[in-house]
Amino acid sequence: MLSQWFADEFSLGIAQAAVAAVILLLFAFVLTRIKINLFKEILIAMVRSLAQIVAVGSVLIVILNGPILVGGLVLLGMMISAAVTAARRVKGIPGAQRAAFLSIVLGSGTVVGLMTFLGVIEWKLESIIPVGSMMINGGMNSCALALERFRAEIQSHTDQIEARLALGAEPKAATDGYVRAAFQASMIPRIDSMRSLGIVWIPGLMSGMILAGSSPLYAGIYQFVVMAMLFISSGVSALISVALVQSGIFSEADQLILRSNNEIQVRAR
Amino acid sequence: MDISFQMRQNEVIAIIGASGAGKTSLLRVVNRLDEPSGGEMIIDGKDYRDIEPVELRRQAGLVMQKAVLFPGSVADNIRFGPAQRGINLEVNEITQLLERVGLAGFAERDTANLSGGEAQRVCLARALANQPKLLLLDEPTSALDEDSRAGVEALLEEIIREQHIPCLWVTHQISQAARMANRVLVMDKGRLVKDGPVDEVLNAQSMVR
Repeated sequence: MLSQWFADEFSLGIAQAAVAAVILLLFAFVLTRIKINLFKEILIAMVRSLAQIVAVGSVLIVILNGPILVGGLVLLGMMISAAVTAARRVKGIPGAQRAAFLSIVLGSGTVVGLMTFLGVIEWKLESIIPVGSMMINGGMNSCALALERFRAEIQSHTDQIEARLALGAEPKAATDGYVRAAFQASMIPRIDSMRSLGIVWIPGLMSGMILAGSSPLYAGIYQFVVMAMLFISSGVSALISVALVQSGIFSEADQLILRSNNEIQVRAR
Repeated sequence: MDISFQMRQNEVIAIIGASGAGKTSLLRVVNRLDEPSGGEMIIDGKDYRDIEPVELRRQAGLVMQKAVLFPGSVADNIRFGPAQRGINLEVNEITQLLERVGLAGFAERDTANLSGGEAQRVCLARALANQPKLLLLDEPTSALDEDSRAGVEALLEEIIREQHIPCLWVTHQISQAARMANRVLVMDKGRLVKDGPVDEVLNAQSMVR
């Protein structure tokens, strides 16, 4: 209906956004009637998200017409921001930020580089930036999950780790099992989403390609390709991030320094 | 913690004091699980910071208050220490160690199915498998029930006597200290308040009481 009234894409977009915003605000209003007062938060979140995504769209118009080097810089910026986000969730692990950055760079960098070289990703900014950003996002999530799980494993097994150290184990040997557990836990969401692909959900990329006019079959197959790449970049990021912080939780004299807050208080008494 | 003492070969030193006196901290520093904020520790004329922590810990066998066993079989636990140095214990060596701690036939038992006393015996055998030159015992029987406590204590006393392993033994029980130790250190609020032969220190202690 809207497309009959608005001829060009830009004004159509504004009209569609307006309709979506009005319905969202109506829903927020209904919520206040049943004493769930989220109106202000929803309003702020809505305005923010719209402003951000319009800004990104505008920037992308400029970038996609620029040299390929610009794409590299954009991805680098995304990686830094992803590393900061991932590391923020795991405060207390020494060197988490550095580990998160390196692991995301290596994970998404290798996959994007290799796949572009092999021709799976086209050598143009329209492909590299969106696919690259998906890889970075996947790497960020897995890296945060792995680091968080690693911290939890270490903090809940302090006595086991110290018992191993006390028997003459190197820090690495005393904690390798927890690195594996953290990695496995961080990959469960990836495995689940691969397994349920197409049955439980049709992912954004495939939906987007279909909306843009691609054949659903090709869109589906390409979605699988992206999922596989996502799996690899997430896996590499998770593994590298945990391996990098593993030695950092010990002092130079091989003493475990990452402890739970509770225990520090108990031992300080 | 501020403490200074010398330990001689074959000496069994009991460490007593109220909880929070720093007894466990002292053992953890000797095993280098914790770093002292200052001072020095000399072992055989060598600053202990010059000894690799891994090597120091192997030689100073620590048995903690809580029996912490690794998932797997009893034999896996016994093998752990030597395996860190690339040594694979033979079956008969494991059998001997288990017999030594009164657990003959326990090698293949899952550590999840042991009683408190059995678990603590495995911890002791596991520490002995490293052939330590010093034993650090942190109230190894305090978490056990009365029956297993007596058994493990008798065992420890026997091993220390037979193998002449010098020993720092944190204990709550004055009677145990009197039976086992040549010397007693009394700690209070991180400081050493008394250090002397068993009779002397314990008599003074009981007079205070």
